[in-house]
Amino acid sequence: MTYRRRASALHAARAAVGCAYCLALAVSALVLSAPVALGAVGLAVLGAGASAGLTRQLARAGLYAVALGVVVALVNALVTRNGLTVIVRLGDLPILGHTDITLEATVYGAILGLRAALLVLCGALYTLAVDPDEVLKLFRRVSFRSALTATLGTRMVPILVRDSRRLAEAQRCRPGSPPTRVQLMRAATANVLDRALDVAAALEVRGYGSARRPGRHRRPWSRHDLAFLGAACAVAGLSIAGRVAGLAAFHAYPALVVPVDPGQVALAAGLLVCALAPFADRRGVEP
Amino acid sequence: MTLLELEAVSYWYPGAAEPALDDVSLQVQPGELIVVAGASGSGKSTLLRTVSGLVPHFHGGRFAGRAVIGGRDTREHGPGDLAATVGTLFQDPETSVVMGTVKSEVALALENLGYSEAAVARGVQETALALGIGHLLGRSTAELSGGELQRVALAAAMAAKPSLLVLDEPTSQLDPVFGDELMATLRRLNEDRDTAILLAEHRLERCLAWADRVLAVDRGRIVCDAEPRDFLAWAMATAPELATPGARLLGRLGLPPVAGVKAARAELRAAGLHPGDGDPEAAPPRPPAARRDRDGLRFDRVWHELRNGPAILQGVSLRVAPGERVALMGANGAGKSTLLRHAAGLMAPTRGRIEGPGQVRLLLQTPTDYLVHETVSAEASPTALQAAGLDPVSFGPRHPRELSVGEKQLVALAVILDGPEPPAFVCLDEPTRGLDRGRKAELARLIVGLPGAVIVATHDPEFVAEFAERVILLGGGRVIADGATAEVLARGAYFATETARILGGAGGALTPEQGAAVLSAREAATTSLAEVRA
Repeated sequence: MTYRRRASALHAARAAVGCAYCLALAVSALVLSAPVALGAVGLAVLGAGASAGLTRQLARAGLYAVALGVVVALVNALVTRNGLTVIVRLGDLPILGHTDITLEATVYGAILGLRAALLVLCGALYTLAVDPDEVLKLFRRVSFRSALTATLGTRMVPILVRDSRRLAEAQRCRPGSPPTRVQLMRAATANVLDRALDVAAALEVRGYGSARRPGRHRRPWSRHDLAFLGAACAVAGLSIAGRVAGLAAFHAYPALVVPVDPGQVALAAGLLVCALAPFADRRGVEP
Repeated sequence: MTLLELEAVSYWYPGAAEPALDDVSLQVQPGELIVVAGASGSGKSTLLRTVSGLVPHFHGGRFAGRAVIGGRDTREHGPGDLAATVGTLFQDPETSVVMGTVKSEVALALENLGYSEAAVARGVQETALALGIGHLLGRSTAELSGGELQRVALAAAMAAKPSLLVLDEPTSQLDPVFGDELMATLRRLNEDRDTAILLAEHRLERCLAWADRVLAVDRGRIVCDAEPRDFLAWAMATAPELATPGARLLGRLGLPPVAGVKAARAELRAAGLHPGDGDPEAAPPRPPAARRDRDGLRFDRVWHELRNGPAILQGVSLRVAPGERVALMGANGAGKSTLLRHAAGLMAPTRGRIEGPGQVRLLLQTPTDYLVHETVSAEASPTALQAAGLDPVSFGPRHPRELSVGEKQLVALAVILDGPEPPAFVCLDEPTRGLDRGRKAELARLIVGLPGAVIVATHDPEFVAEFAERVILLGGGRVIADGATAEVLARGAYFATETARILGGAGGALTPEQGAAVLSAREAATTSLAEVRA
């Protein structure tokens, strides 16, 4: 799962704005707790992914997100003693002790799981749609070398993954008994060090050793920059306002209170529209 | 003004007793194109790293003498300071490219040099257009092919418009098509931008024709510094392993060696020997038909289709007979490595099947991946080491990572040959990467002596001509040519030896020895015909 420039409005927006947009969606997932509002955030993230041409990649990330969400939901249901409506009595379990699963703990766990899944999806959207080199460039004025080191780290990960796959394949080709894990670890470490030396040499000859602080970046704001910045502000603002106004209220304990009122529906609809509206303008989205 | 001046430079790597460079003196003028020749471990890379400032600043060790590049003494200026004057390109594009996108990669050197944003943008665009990678600017570096990646690395090295470009075997991991493209790009840069180029290369026939000078390096010393024609004459007399096939062909015919296919043809024409002149060309001898009995390794309509990706192999059907020596050729991405992986059982076909008796052993592209022990003797038995051409007594106690590229390749070969029973089929994937001509000839002899059938995926037609009796050419996952080596390589454009290109495929000659024999026979026939007519 890596960034690739695609013909979408989100990809056309500058990295800082892309970051702000993904962050706004993540903030919404964190501050809202009502199922309808969280559902709207989920639809917004998936809609943004689909509009950016990332359906398949986001679906793959979604598998991990759902798995994480289910784990969170199960753990909450098993360990939480709150809630009045018992739906399963498991009796005495090792470590957990007497365990009754309540409807309230299960629903609250599901909400927590949904929130965790949404955060994963926001992270995936960021990874897929925001140019990491541009993001790190933002930090170069603060700490040039740290930003470049971080870039290198991200660049080296796929290379080292390929190296380790190669090493594993080579061991499958060896006749006789395979080498021990320690021997493999030692060989892999030696490979990594070799790689690191090569990359360090490549950096040196590109002038890294005498790198100077880059000048301030002046780039005109495109329509997509403005649209996604507006969307980010609107999504974050609506979510925080909704939370403050109690529009997305949800109480699980001691008994479930899930009010669905017009205000909450309007909040959800507003979030969805604000998040997806910038994708409607496809002028100048080609790389 | 002299662009580069080395005065009595000697250099010892940390802990080394012998110098990697020994009293080297050299001058390079602006716009010169200089090829650096020499065997593996001769000191070529160290010389280039001295010019780029990595020696001694990056590698440490002991340095004597004086190296001045663009008026800057490397004792006072490191590679960062020299980056504006010297652009450097290494052998492996994977580690030459450090950023996530092509645009950022090309921009990095300019940003490091403190260029303004506008100057960076302009430099990136100009360099990308000059090197024909404008369409790649928005792409992630992780998704580029080897050839594309090497061109991006070259663009990154060229972005700051250095006066001197230093390249360490830049085509060793590229197929002939990409390799020739890269060489043409270098030539254009040299001519259009007046960029001086210092190029280390094993396949001299690729670049000698347009070099101004050739430096031959041996044991850290410059043993020859001459124009290509004089260098070839020196190589024929002193270091035959450095002579190009064309030079060897002319030498066998008693003609002075010249660099390049065109010049060699002209030399033959002037001597009245070129097969295109005079009598109609004799038909090439029909090569022996490949043995395709039912006992061999059989690929039966094998497909390998990636999920959400292309079909790497598309219905490949072929047979390799026991004892047959086959070369698998084709451009990068043609499916050669995938085919070998299927043969060895590392991959399973998505359609079709592979059958064959006995064991199939595979040596993948990177020999170090096989070397996981502390000593060579722990990697393979003495018998296997001997079978791979290594002396178990002298090599046994050594650490595998201390060996040269060629020696590592042989130890890895010993690893896969090891075992109670010899393998029925041995597959080698690009075994000549980074090997000099002498090592390649050794490997070819070794392959010919192996007991089982051998399938070698390679880009190197000269190497193929040394060992193969059959060539399978893959293109787009399909077999596009399958025949005797002489039949396939003598008529190829990219996949042809230099001798075949000089002779236009006449007589199916691939090596200088075969070429000389064909021309000598032709000359003898012409002479006797003239005598009969007289």
